[in-house]
Amino acid sequence: MTVLAQGGADVGNPILNIAIFVAFVVITMGLVIKASRTTKKASDFYTGGGQFSGPQNGFAIAGDYLSAASFLGIAGAIAVYGYDGFLYSIGFLVAWLVALLLVAELLRNTGRFTMADVLSFRLKERPVRMAAALSTLAVSLFYLLAQMAGAGGLVALLLDIEGKVGQAIVVAVVGVLMIVYVLIGGMKGTTYVQMVKAVLLVAGAGLMFVLVLFAVRGNFSQLLADAQAMVSSSSNEAVAQRDVLAPGAKYGISNMTQIDFLSLGIALVLGTAGLPHVLMRFYTVPTAKEARRSVTWAIALIGAFYLFTLVLGYGAAKMVGPDAILGAPGKENAAAPLLAFELGGTVFLAIISAVAFATILAVVAGLAITASASFAHDIYASVIKRGNATEDEQVRVSRITVVVIGLVAIVLGILAMGQNIAFLVALAFAVAASANLPTLLYSLFWRKFNTTGALFSIYGGLISCLVLIVFSPAVSGAPSAMFPNVDFSWFPLSNPGIVSIPLAFALGIVGTYVGRRKQEDRYKQAEMEVRSLTGVGVEKAVSH
Amino acid sequence: MQESPEFQELRSRLRRFVFPVTAFFLAWYALYVLLATYADEFMATKVIGNINVGLILGLGQFVTTFVITAVYVKFAGRELDPRSAAIREELEGPQQ
Repeated sequence: MTVLAQGGADVGNPILNIAIFVAFVVITMGLVIKASRTTKKASDFYTGGGQFSGPQNGFAIAGDYLSAASFLGIAGAIAVYGYDGFLYSIGFLVAWLVALLLVAELLRNTGRFTMADVLSFRLKERPVRMAAALSTLAVSLFYLLAQMAGAGGLVALLLDIEGKVGQAIVVAVVGVLMIVYVLIGGMKGTTYVQMVKAVLLVAGAGLMFVLVLFAVRGNFSQLLADAQAMVSSSSNEAVAQRDVLAPGAKYGISNMTQIDFLSLGIALVLGTAGLPHVLMRFYTVPTAKEARRSVTWAIALIGAFYLFTLVLGYGAAKMVGPDAILGAPGKENAAAPLLAFELGGTVFLAIISAVAFATILAVVAGLAITASASFAHDIYASVIKRGNATEDEQVRVSRITVVVIGLVAIVLGILAMGQNIAFLVALAFAVAASANLPTLLYSLFWRKFNTTGALFSIYGGLISCLVLIVFSPAVSGAPSAMFPNVDFSWFPLSNPGIVSIPLAFALGIVGTYVGRRKQEDRYKQAEMEVRSLTGVGVEKAVSH
Repeated sequence: MQESPEFQELRSRLRRFVFPVTAFFLAWYALYVLLATYADEFMATKVIGNINVGLILGLGQFVTTFVITAVYVKFAGRELDPRSAAIREELEGPQQ
């Protein structure tokens, strides 16, 4: 057995790891500062002035979307559970069709900065904005928490920090860096960071993909056999019994876990088009056509990336082995970095880890800007100030919000350390699919939809989803829970999507009929529909 | 404008494409997820070497996603863009 198997003590060289990561931070910080020179107005801060091209935005979307969950979480889940990890990639990818066909272009044509812009176009502005902003904040926080947890685990591996305190400090550093990026660069700076990161991530994963296939001389079938052999020889009996080539290793245990799996599948496919930080990216391009092009690019990049992770996951099972992975600090999330070490030694490990770290940083920055935009633009400007806030004030409030969100994320991230990142992200998807997607689709496609329907759907989806998560085995009762020592769980599924998503869709319909007496603006609906399909009256992107 | 035949035409073309395709890929995805959950024996059937039905269907999801994307982009470029541009021009005057 290698050194790795004994607890991951000497993985790579911490100083080299830090050096490469610092280099990334310095370079991207340079880009961000450059971008900040042209960030003056609110539209610059929130949407980079809407001046990005389709392909540029496609890379940025991929950069925003391919989070640590995709890279570390999925590769790790495939390495340890095999096929069941693959389902995450499929759900994450197919979900983009919902965004492409139903949401991206129409959204670009109707809104300006946030998701609430679209909803409040024809619905009553203040209540709807408030609801949409709250759900945006909830989704962003869940997503942030997952990323922060990933950062802790990753750096624990790289710098060989075993203790909780050390990892907590690392989480705090990530949070502070993110705050700085967003404060200085706004959306434009963040977008550049995401583009750089997307290129690095896809290229890095692609290189590992080639190296793994090279090691088995291009014989994928052989790779699968070797991966299975490694898993079967695991010293952990439960692991050794797994058939990693077929579904069921993680979710096939009982009826309940099977339903949990379905629930996860639903949340994944419907969540993407409701993720506020993804929706906001559609505003950074000038036209609907560019929005379409950016989604096309994103689908190509994301699809290729997930094909790579399939091979990486099995590669890690074969070359590193489940015992070494589960024994390393960071557990499953360490599979991809450990594989890099096996493939290319210390330097490659350092590079891949820096890429993974950059991934977390870029996603976190994207989330922070979305959440802060939503707070400043929807809650502060529209609800508190009743539309009497200048754009400068909004940006100022956003900046303060970024700091607050960063601090909250640090605290939550420390609490969530050690959980599988892909699983945590799946919860964010469940919240997005419950609270955001139904209302968004109804308001774009259903003429009779009204404010009551929107409020029923958003609050119903949000609250049911959150309540079910709090009382699920993910939070208490199970050994892997956030609070393993207490048990107040009564909901058996760890992903609530199968209940809360249909409920939110149904509540949208119920609410619409309940609120029918109030006549809503028929003219506004017509205007919105014409505009969403044609782009008439869309604020033309202005050049500076 | 909402009542105009041009707009109705644009709207119905968009919907006639988007709704059935969405129904199709969601159904295909649901079928896949259900098979993966309740038919793992079937999914584990080996086809070529160690590559089994589950992997092939999973990769099939990738293929359909790419194909649908390509078809939609082509459709939108041919059927939707000219129509929406015409309506925009009518309402806002010619664009530069």
